[in-house]
Amino acid sequence: MEDFNWKEYLKDSFISMLWFSLLLFPMLVMKITVKGGMADVTYRWGYLVVIPVSAFILSALWKYFRERQQGGDKADKRGEIAALFRRTFIENRTVKKVSIISAILIMAFYPVFSGMYNTNVMISALIYIMLGLGLNIVLGLGGMLHLGHAAFFAVGAYTYGLFFKYAGQFFVDAGISTGWMFWIALPAGGIMAAVFGVLLSLPVLRLRGDYLAIVTLAFGEIMRMVLQNWGNVTGGATGISLIPRPWLFGINVTPRLAAVYIYYIVFAFVIISIITVSRLENSRIGRAWEAMREDEIACQSMGIDLVRNKLTAFILGSVWAGVAGVLFASQTTYINPDSFTIWESILILCIVVLGGTGSISGVILGALIIKLLPEYMRAFAQYRLLVFGLALVLMMIFRPGGIIKKVRKIYRFPLDEENDAAAEGQN
Amino acid sequence: MEKIMEIDNLSMVFGGLKAIDNVNMSINSGAITALIGPNGAGKTTLFNCITGVYKPTSGSVSIKKPGQKESEKISGLKPHIINRKGLARTFQNIRLFSNMSVLENVMVGRHHKLKANIMGALLRDRKTREEEEKVVNDSYEILKKINLHKFVNEMARNLPYGAQRRLEIARALSTDPFLLLLDEPAAGMNPLETRELEDTINRLRSEEKITILLIEHDMSLVMNISEHIYVVDYGKMIAEGSPDEVKRNPDVIKAYLGE
Repeated sequence: MEDFNWKEYLKDSFISMLWFSLLLFPMLVMKITVKGGMADVTYRWGYLVVIPVSAFILSALWKYFRERQQGGDKADKRGEIAALFRRTFIENRTVKKVSIISAILIMAFYPVFSGMYNTNVMISALIYIMLGLGLNIVLGLGGMLHLGHAAFFAVGAYTYGLFFKYAGQFFVDAGISTGWMFWIALPAGGIMAAVFGVLLSLPVLRLRGDYLAIVTLAFGEIMRMVLQNWGNVTGGATGISLIPRPWLFGINVTPRLAAVYIYYIVFAFVIISIITVSRLENSRIGRAWEAMREDEIACQSMGIDLVRNKLTAFILGSVWAGVAGVLFASQTTYINPDSFTIWESILILCIVVLGGTGSISGVILGALIIKLLPEYMRAFAQYRLLVFGLALVLMMIFRPGGIIKKVRKIYRFPLDEENDAAAEGQN
Repeated sequence: MEKIMEIDNLSMVFGGLKAIDNVNMSINSGAITALIGPNGAGKTTLFNCITGVYKPTSGSVSIKKPGQKESEKISGLKPHIINRKGLARTFQNIRLFSNMSVLENVMVGRHHKLKANIMGALLRDRKTREEEEKVVNDSYEILKKINLHKFVNEMARNLPYGAQRRLEIARALSTDPFLLLLDEPAAGMNPLETRELEDTINRLRSEEKITILLIEHDMSLVMNISEHIYVVDYGKMIAEGSPDEVKRNPDVIKAYLGE
């Protein structure tokens, strides 16, 4: 770090220190208590030490990392290290295989060695992986900023809920276990979500970027409002309760076993989602989606039907959310509009962006972090949003591609140009 | 000579601005035709009208594929439909799929030559796998033609400028066009790269039998390779003819070439 300007560096940090001390003085140092109409000021001088020191350190760290990120003279060396790391770990097929297999094994036996609470937490994390993978098709591949994903989640959940509410009695009368309804609702939830996806895509297909974000956001809110206010059909704010769990050979199982059962169903769906998304990504359709994300005009001029591709991306993403909704309803056995607020959509968006837009492993990690950390850090519950916001801001600055960036497929060709028979694409 | 494209009284109006004013133009099969004129004359707008990015206000564009008897009107169609009919273009301000690899850029161009649907992609049956293998190899062949094959896995945005321009051509070629529209292919290239480009364009015409229409400001390139030149100024066609005729035309000298 020969060219590093220490003076400038210290001066800047010093200025931030003064600035923050001044700014926070009335808030942290002075404490005003009102007693009997009289304001009493207590000075907490301790803070006058804490603020400048922490401001100085944070500001210095901030500048240091910014400097590091923007290159500096060590950037090349770090780039080499990163490339070596990538070659030895991420692109190495054995490492990849071993880690995938061990992840599957751990997840497959997870409910066996963990309690019901942990299993339930993991189920909701898995459901969010599905939601994230669905949004990943729309946002990560198709490049459409979709802020109403939770609406489709709601469509799926309410498809099952309403189906049970209005047809449940019929099943009981006919002597069929209501648990069967889950298996009917599962495809039905997907189909309903697809129908709503088509409805929403009518206005959305012409829009891009911010406009698209606003329309989808509004759609999400409309859905929630309808569910909340159409009381005599949807049950309003009270929602629908006692939704049956999936049928398991007619056995009346304990809640603990039911959770394990649902866990495996959801787990299977997550595996299916991963395979689906990864296969689509490396197909003709996935390439068209990505081209659409990169440049719509060029994409059209290369013979790709934009409307059709946007529609498929949108519908597929919605179907995934719909299926996840049915799973969610069967897990919680109780749904109300509060589970499908705008916050939920944003959470799913964060999963995708934080994990790594377009990267499947990134989305999985993102969902696990965002759903599991808050569960197990309940002690810090009040700082949850603070930490969350901070993490996002830092991510966007220091690692805009997400925690696990998307790795592009590498195609290999023999150096011998005549020998094209041996040419093959491999991962 | 067979005419493969005919533009008839084409006009494009933006608000009060007549960007293209009653332009007539025709392109002969197998020819290299150039479109020149000062900045803002409407050259790119004309390209956009031909390729469907804009819908022309009036007039028509029709094409007749080599070997076809009937000509068909293409003006007003969507860009992807026009592309599928055999017109491919490049862009003046490079519009590559910058976060995709060079090979993938070309593979996207072959999109409508492939048939795999969602089910095919999911099940990855033999037909789909063979098709994928073929598109990879075909795309590689196209890159070889344009001499970009050493960049196969490079991200498009990391390519040197000249190579990005060449990739635009490769991507357009991958859609199997009979008419290639190049919008300032030599912009920003050094003399060596321009000479290579000249070779490439000549090769495309002689080996691939592709007809070429290009917009270019590099006069030596234009005069060297084109058989026929159209000159536009303020949206109007002010002259046309062989390079020698155009060079001597007083209107062209006044409006564009300079005295």
